[in-house]
Amino acid sequence: MDSILLSALIFSPLVGIIVLLFVPKNEEMVIKTVGLLATLLPLALAIIVYVGFDKAKEALQFAEQYNWINFHIPGLPNGNDFTISYDLGVSGLTVLLLLLTAVVSTLAAAASVWIKAEWKGYFMLFLLLEIGMLGVFASQNLLLFFIFFEITLIPTFFLIGRWGYLDKEKAAYSFLIYNGLGSAILLIVFIILFMKAGTMNFTGLSAYLSQPPEMLERMYIGENFRLGLLIALLVALGVKLPIVPLHTWMLQVHVQAPPSIVMIHSGILLKIGAYGLYQFGMGFFPGEFDKIAFWIALLGVINLLYGAFIAFVQIDFKKVLAYSSVSHMGIVLIGLASLNEVGVQGAMFQVISHGLISALLFFLVGLIYQRTGTSLITHLGGLSKVMPITAGFLLAGGLASLGLPGMSGFVSEFMAFLGLFKEEPVLAAIGTLGIILTAVYILRAVLTITFGETKETLVSIKEGRFVEWLPALILTAFIILIGVYPAVLSDLLHLTINAMMAGKGASV
Amino acid sequence: MTLEKLLSYDWGIMAPEFTILIVATLLSLIDLFMPAKASRRPLALLGLAGVIVAIIFALFQIGTPVTSILFDTYRFDSFALGFKLLFLVATGLILVLAYDFGKEKDWSYRGEFFYLLLTALLGAMMMASSADLITLFVGLELLSISSYILAGIRKTNLQSNEAAFKYVVNGGIATAITLFGMSYVYGLTGSTNLYEISQGLSQPVVEENAFLLLTGFVLILVGLSFKIAAAPFHMWAPDVYQGSPTPVTTFLSVVSKTAGFVLILKIFMISFLSVRSWHNTVLLDLQPFIAFVAGVTMIIGNVIALRQRNIKRMFAYSSIAHAGYVLVPFVSLSSLVFKATWFYLLAYLLMNIGAFAVIQFVTERERSEDLTAFSGLNKRSPIVAVMMAVFIISLAGLPFTAGFIGKFGIFMSALSTGHFVLASVMIATTVVSYVYYFNVLVQMFFRNGTNERIRPSVGLLVVMFVCTAGTILFGVYPGVALDFFQNSFNMTDIITK
Repeated sequence: MDSILLSALIFSPLVGIIVLLFVPKNEEMVIKTVGLLATLLPLALAIIVYVGFDKAKEALQFAEQYNWINFHIPGLPNGNDFTISYDLGVSGLTVLLLLLTAVVSTLAAAASVWIKAEWKGYFMLFLLLEIGMLGVFASQNLLLFFIFFEITLIPTFFLIGRWGYLDKEKAAYSFLIYNGLGSAILLIVFIILFMKAGTMNFTGLSAYLSQPPEMLERMYIGENFRLGLLIALLVALGVKLPIVPLHTWMLQVHVQAPPSIVMIHSGILLKIGAYGLYQFGMGFFPGEFDKIAFWIALLGVINLLYGAFIAFVQIDFKKVLAYSSVSHMGIVLIGLASLNEVGVQGAMFQVISHGLISALLFFLVGLIYQRTGTSLITHLGGLSKVMPITAGFLLAGGLASLGLPGMSGFVSEFMAFLGLFKEEPVLAAIGTLGIILTAVYILRAVLTITFGETKETLVSIKEGRFVEWLPALILTAFIILIGVYPAVLSDLLHLTINAMMAGKGASV
Repeated sequence: MTLEKLLSYDWGIMAPEFTILIVATLLSLIDLFMPAKASRRPLALLGLAGVIVAIIFALFQIGTPVTSILFDTYRFDSFALGFKLLFLVATGLILVLAYDFGKEKDWSYRGEFFYLLLTALLGAMMMASSADLITLFVGLELLSISSYILAGIRKTNLQSNEAAFKYVVNGGIATAITLFGMSYVYGLTGSTNLYEISQGLSQPVVEENAFLLLTGFVLILVGLSFKIAAAPFHMWAPDVYQGSPTPVTTFLSVVSKTAGFVLILKIFMISFLSVRSWHNTVLLDLQPFIAFVAGVTMIIGNVIALRQRNIKRMFAYSSIAHAGYVLVPFVSLSSLVFKATWFYLLAYLLMNIGAFAVIQFVTERERSEDLTAFSGLNKRSPIVAVMMAVFIISLAGLPFTAGFIGKFGIFMSALSTGHFVLASVMIATTVVSYVYYFNVLVQMFFRNGTNERIRPSVGLLVVMFVCTAGTILFGVYPGVALDFFQNSFNMTDIITK
């Protein structure tokens, strides 16, 4: 209760914002250095949290709780005082997500060297975005979660709309509208839960909603009502994830936003949807989740195949990666829908692994774009001769993405499918087609870019300096580490998922 | 009435009103005896001083028990006090805006401008405290007539003329309809006292004539929807807001609107709350109707705002939309109704006055009210641009601002009583509103304008700063305001006699 480590972690990027306030706006190098250094502080704190996390305990750790807002509503069944508290805490899963956020943020800040103008505003918004993301994962309270969730919207809108490519404003608007609608639906669900249960604390709500069905029926939270709430959650978080018919905004963002922001977006922001589905969907409505598990798995397979098919015909590498993200989020859905430990663990693995892989790939896209001024596959070719190191990393990223054993992508796909084969063998069999397709489109894209005749326009391109591909090296190292030694994740994930599954067993 | 009786009243509870009345009179006298050429601007400061004194009086009144004077036509309770404080704070800030508004030479009528603001304020304060249809009506008229003149005070400006004309004609009709509705209520009960009406309306004879009662109710509501600019009686707002001087627009959108809500809450919560028509209470019978008005208001306000290029017109539609939001707790009638309404209006006061301060600053500087006047504002005046961003984000209802907490409370009140459709409309229109609100941000931060640095005057800066600080403070620690509300104005005492 006494630890303020999490608060310090969440708000540590503020230090950077405050320092930046006093830096003159034309000092490009100073601003970039401060921006990068400022992300090291949350990284250090996240590592402290990770190291200090007791892997033997299932309970929340580093918890903080203060009363925050009091609503006095006389005459309600569960007392007159509705309190919303400032409620933080981490579980095994969220420790990893916090660490992922801190790592990807630091590397994205390094990738921000390619930002060409108004560095000061850029880094202040960037750090604000980091506060939002860290807050989302550390919150143990729905309102707090929602607030941090919305905080990520505003800086992202500006970062896309101001520093993106040609069609940036349109992309920023569709990001805002889709995600605004999603979060609005989320808010309705949250308030309904609050009005019914009188608390917004995750644990409190789980406990409240796992009462015997007769009790819930009596409090007007009948089966259909809960199912409705779960479907609303699915839509709200499905926008973020994104689930297929709701994904169009995300393609625009991936194509139009600056590479550093796409690293963040694809690496972390999309994961909030997956995290939310797990934490709220499965956590609050396990019985109902079980009922619609088949449909979620079906959505997952559709995502997987649809994304893979469309990625196959794209000629812009950024679009290939964008559709590949859609496809890979299908694996998260499949894993969650399997509702057994191995499947859910696969989904969480995928969340983290895809965070690293997509950050790596988009970093490389940025690096290549910086040198060649294009991301069209047809304009690139034979890059391995002029940029051998970059091409090497690209190949590694591609292989990780298609799930080569020994890399993180393999572990997650393997486990997610293993989980689904137990429950829905037919769907899983269809889904495995997606893996083959993934191999096809990734290899087509990566091989076209790296091998073959070097395009005339690219002959004079120089390889990046060491500092430029250092982030790629770090990301690749993480990807291989997880692939070779998955226990770094699974030890922690096991804890959380175990607790969740135990809760599910009690209520069904 | 004997002198003795008159002196026995506890006049002290009217101290804030008396202060405003005295200062307004004083201003008009000074204006009269001042040399014709002399600048009238210092009068604004005198007015501001009066408002501050009145605020101090009002703060000292917190905790005073419910008191009625003047044959129960004037009633002091925490409901009245809570809203009076909102009126006073808003008018204080608006006086600073008015001090800064316009060039000296455009203003041969400046003195009137200031004391009419005060009389309008007095009208609003009287409305908050009246317990009788007559005083309520007099307060409403005092507010309205002052506002009509204020809207048209720039005699040589065509738009201002048009605004005043539209306002006075529409306003007159609305007032007449309200009065007509009140006459039904008087006819049925034989009393103008709100509390006696409440008792009178529970007589069996009224229930037999429920149709007449509902007619009266609807007529009153029609008149009052005009005041708060709720659909379908919102048509005047865009033209009047656009044509009026910016401080007056601010006054209309904040004080006048809040006064409209005070009136609605007073009449309906006191007199109609427990009155039965055929099978239900009147308010419950008419809930679908009010819900419809609220929903349509939100939709019209937010959707038409999308197409506006004139910033003041856009804010007029935004203000219509906000009227729709504030009607939601009134539809849901949960126990949150007073708290949700009061907090939302407090948030609205801060963010809207702040935004209008920026609008006044930019439109005067650029001599244009087009949205493009804001382009590149972050280059020309970064501080103002950032503060405007805070107001816009709050108006859009995003977190860490008072606007978010306000909307959150309204959502809660709607969902806690099962008004899912209304809550969904509110959600959907809120998302629509992102488009036009963020359009202002796009202009300020994404588009390029001139690079000439501009800076607001000290007064404007103070208003903007106060509003920003309040918007953020009540967004991060809403407890400050909510607990103050809980401890100071437990507004339910307007219902108990």
